[in-house]
Amino acid sequence: MTGIYAENSEGIFKKSVLEAASYASRISNGGVLAVCIGQPKDGEADKLAQYGVSKLIVVDGIPAFDSQAYTAEITKIFSANQVQHIVLANTYEGKTLAPRISVAMNASLATNVVDFPDTSNGFRIRRGVFSGKGFAIVELNKTNKVIAITPNSTELKQNPVTISIEHSQAAAHQINTEITATSKAAGKIPLTEAEVVVSAGRGMKGPENWKMVEELAELLGAATACSKPVADMDWRPHNEHVGQTGITIKPNLYIAIGISGAIQHLAGVSSSKVIVVINKDPEAPFFKAADYGIVGDAFDVLPQLIEAARASKN
Amino acid sequence: MKILVCMSVVPDTTTKISFTDNNTKLNTQGVQFIINPYDELSLTRAIELTEKHGGTVTVANVGKADADAVIRKALAIGANDAIRINADPVDGQYVAEQLAHVIRSGGYDLVLTGRESIDYNGGQVCGLLGELLSWPAVNVCTRIDLENGKAIFERDIDGGRQTVTSSLPAVASAQKDLCEPRIPNMKGIMAARTKPLTVVEPVAVEFASTYRQFETPAPKQAVKLIDAANAGQLIDLLRNEAKIIA
Ligand SMILES: Cc1cc2nc3c(=O)[nH]c(=O)nc-3n(C[C@H](O)[C@H](O)[C@H](O)COP(=O)(O)OP(=O)(O)OC[C@H]3O[C@@H](n4cnc5c(N)ncnc54)[C@H](O)[C@@H]3O)c2cc1C
Ligand SMILES: Nc1ncnc2c1ncn2[C@@H]1O[C@H](COP(=O)(O)O)[C@@H](O)[C@H]1O
Repeated sequence: MTGIYAENSEGIFKKSVLEAASYASRISNGGVLAVCIGQPKDGEADKLAQYGVSKLIVVDGIPAFDSQAYTAEITKIFSANQVQHIVLANTYEGKTLAPRISVAMNASLATNVVDFPDTSNGFRIRRGVFSGKGFAIVELNKTNKVIAITPNSTELKQNPVTISIEHSQAAAHQINTEITATSKAAGKIPLTEAEVVVSAGRGMKGPENWKMVEELAELLGAATACSKPVADMDWRPHNEHVGQTGITIKPNLYIAIGISGAIQHLAGVSSSKVIVVINKDPEAPFFKAADYGIVGDAFDVLPQLIEAARASKN
Repeated sequence: MKILVCMSVVPDTTTKISFTDNNTKLNTQGVQFIINPYDELSLTRAIELTEKHGGTVTVANVGKADADAVIRKALAIGANDAIRINADPVDGQYVAEQLAHVIRSGGYDLVLTGRESIDYNGGQVCGLLGELLSWPAVNVCTRIDLENGKAIFERDIDGGRQTVTSSLPAVASAQKDLCEPRIPNMKGIMAARTKPLTVVEPVAVEFASTYRQFETPAPKQAVKLIDAANAGQLIDLLRNEAKIIA
């Protein structure tokens, strides 16, 4: 049996969890067991079943995220069910838990995984290295394996099965961490999960001009991002900064406006499936990494794009 | 307050990555090695914390002698001493086992890592150390403070941020925004020459993984240019040709 840790965000399983289910179902030879902490909303378990999860165990009794308590409960269930391969999404929460679970289960650990394993010669997986500038083929030597997959890199394929649901009461844990405040940007699409990202750089001249960027993003259902200097100058919040020293993203579509395409910027975005570059300088290095390009002034091009996006929506 | 900063030595961010020996090794020809940028942040923050609360900052690296020059730079920035575990950093799990061994006998209150190394991009070592040591581990921190014998962290979560109070000892990983990285000054560089850099031999650890081969991403097709006077056409191409938007 293959296991997944099904991270739930206020009772909802996001697409990255379904990708983990789909991945696990493809590599499993005997069903997929999902563990989630806290009660999912009605209908959410059925979403997992669509992607091959045959059994869900809901852990009750842990009030808030604590990586030690979570790890103890997750590994208790996987060990009891003889699970050898565990798949998680490489989200912030997944990245925090995957290493701990690997230690607790004496497993090989692979994070940032971008493809299904090749088992023709050992168990080999492909993972991103050098911040988007390369990939490594890594053989996982231990019998137990923990695999954290990069969202949006593996195929999401339905494999409907029937699911059974059980509950497990958590043991009493000594809790070492206490969450005292949480702030979430309400109503905005988190950058790490967005399928479309509209990003802009110093070519936008000043923060007052981001209205256009935001408008295009909203029409395309996109998250907004920016280059490093833009965040450094406080034109935009730091959590929008993508690149080598910012967030690495892998959306289906990345639209870069007034960004030169420095190597450190590309490191964080070059794995995007389709890249569009809008820049008034035909020599901007970003065009070499682009699928579509418009050589032109952003202040002239953006209104046209907004109009076209709006027209095609109606 | 005894703080240990785990530091990896990585190719400079401008490096054009290529591989040699049948794509089994990084081509290091002409490559400049630097302190992993996130570790520069954790080092700076560790120094700031000891300036405020007293204590020492030790830097630990798993690497061979060619890392020494970069370790000296960390000492020049302000670490008190350094430990190099004399081994190739095979993978995150191997590195964490070596570090955990050093930490167990060191009596540290706080261990800091980077959010990830920009070469292996594992993001593994912080969590691995936490579990190996049975310590709390708080990942991707934009704030690290000490108050009343506890650590206060602010960490990134999907779509937001969270404040977490943790007991000590604890391990945490540094994210951008934590502080402004310090650069060495002349006095620091002079002092670094005589600061202790202890080399210890690794403990025997089973290899959890083996790096078989590296690849560079497939080259891009030439860009398709769209006339700026007719920019709206892009939306149509994205929908009907690339089929990437609805
Ligand atoms: C260690 C290190 C780490 C770094 N990490 C990152 C990182 O993570 N992310 C990152 O982004 N950068 C990073 N950088 C910085 C990077 O090297 C570049 O300086 C930065 O990406 C440039 O940002 P930019 O493209 O917005 O600005 P610029 O380089 O100033 O480019 C602006 C672009 O806008 C175009 N332009 C100007 N006006 C218009 C207009 N009206 N219409 C259309 N186009 C216009 C110009 O032709 C130009 O190409 C890092 C640098 C270092 C040294
Ligand atoms: N060879 C190493 N020596 C010491 N610390 C390391 C080493 N490799 C990684 N680390 C630490 O672990 C963090 C995360 O690395 P990684 O898990 O490889 O992404 C780095 O930012 C360092 O703090």
